[in-house]
Amino acid sequence: MDTEYKIPVQTSGETATVYASDYLNKLSGEKIERECRRQIDAGYKTIVVNFGETEIVNSIGVSILLGVIDAASGAGAKVVFSDVNEDTIELFEMLGLTNHVRVN
Amino acid sequence: MPENQQKLIHTFGALAELGHEVSQKNDFQELIRTSLHLLLGALGIMRGGVARYSRFGHELNMLAVRGLGDEFPLSLTICSEDERQFLTNGTVPIEIAQAKVLPFFQIYDRSFAAKKLELLVPLVIRDEIVGVVLLGEKANGEPYSSYDRDIICAMTRHIGVGIAQRNLMAELERRADENRRLYDDLRMTYKDTVKAFATAIDCKDKYTEGHSVRVGKYSEIIAAELGWDDEQVEGAAVAGYLHDVGKLTVESSIINSPHRINAKETAALNKHPVIGYEILLPIHHPYADVPLAAKYHHERLDGRGYPDELCDRDIPYIAKIVCLADSFDAMTTDRPYKRRRPAHEVIEDLQYNAGRQFAPELVTAFCRAMLKEITQETKEKKFRRLLGREYLEAEGIVSLLKNALNVMNGTSSLTLVNLD
Repeated sequence: MDTEYKIPVQTSGETATVYASDYLNKLSGEKIERECRRQIDAGYKTIVVNFGETEIVNSIGVSILLGVIDAASGAGAKVVFSDVNEDTIELFEMLGLTNHVRVN
Repeated sequence: MPENQQKLIHTFGALAELGHEVSQKNDFQELIRTSLHLLLGALGIMRGGVARYSRFGHELNMLAVRGLGDEFPLSLTICSEDERQFLTNGTVPIEIAQAKVLPFFQIYDRSFAAKKLELLVPLVIRDEIVGVVLLGEKANGEPYSSYDRDIICAMTRHIGVGIAQRNLMAELERRADENRRLYDDLRMTYKDTVKAFATAIDCKDKYTEGHSVRVGKYSEIIAAELGWDDEQVEGAAVAGYLHDVGKLTVESSIINSPHRINAKETAALNKHPVIGYEILLPIHHPYADVPLAAKYHHERLDGRGYPDELCDRDIPYIAKIVCLADSFDAMTTDRPYKRRRPAHEVIEDLQYNAGRQFAPELVTAFCRAMLKEITQETKEKKFRRLLGREYLEAEGIVSLLKNALNVMNGTSSLTLVNLD
């Protein structure tokens, strides 16, 4: 169930990796943004959003990622997108998300 | 995939999803939050908010915000001049930087500048402002293109429709509530009027003070025991309250006669059911059969009643209830020429007359209700209040009631009449 779903996170040094999954594309994806904010508040300087399990990113997903970018830039943290497929990279470039994040 | 094509697919996907959300979502807050995500995500807009307009307070109240921070005002006041301009503008996005001539933008200039808000889109539906959408800079740092503005226009129109629908629903709910309150008030007024009438009827007869009110209450007890719904129970009570309204036209000397009345006087008194019916018929009662209860409450199942000597199946059911309630009250209250009868006698009378004067299933229901109260199966104290504690605690009454119920169990009046 959405309310019980725990966002997978791995931490190492100053980096926290948050796994986006398909949750990103629904309102419940706000949990991912909250998790990223929590890691930023906890002092992690780099937030890696992993798209390994994310096939597509829709408008809700983009909005949530913009929220992550905004939170990180306000706290002086960096955002990295990893395991992003080609179509999604194109989308992020077209919408300007890649101006604010590094894509691995 | 060419960039333009991908852009089209992405934005139209968002537009389609927004249309679906507006038509499907029941949770208004979720709808607005989702709508804002879709709009910002469709064009890669860093921040924004959706506000609903309150005509009464001339306020824009923020329903959802993204990236505006805690210091951004949650309620923005607009004046008539702003309102006129927003209406004239329609759903076309207004460049905040170029609209500073309006008081609204002068007041909130700092807040808008701090959050780099670039566009304000009035949500105008059917020539009424329902809200606004505020939009910040794009993530790619580019200015809004005419394509972007067209998409914003289309998407904000959907959001406006969502808010307008919500407003309409709220207005309908408010009116329904108001109607419900008015209806309740009317019912209360009707009930009070009926009770006042019952008191007026009872005032005429100094020996049977409170009779109509008691008959109303006994009728209510019977109807409730039969499992009728609240409205029907209330209808039965009203029928009881008003059953003797015809007595208002009978001479007081007859009603208040301290001795048994003669044949002529009896004939005059016996007209009261028909007169009552005529009084009640032109009144539009919220409950059916109130006039019929007045007309036929002296009919008997065996056809020996009056005014029409009807037999069982021809007597309206409500009249049978009032008949039982009326007779029970007559037996259990003092009359000028007769003391009230002891409980055991009354129960025996009810049992004896079940199928003759009274509908057996009504006698059963009545006795069952009384037994439940005496044995404290229910917390109700209706009989106790009407008859007095001592009367109900007469020796042997419980076994008498149980016996009566065993004898009459499952017998309907129609069965008895058919057997006869």
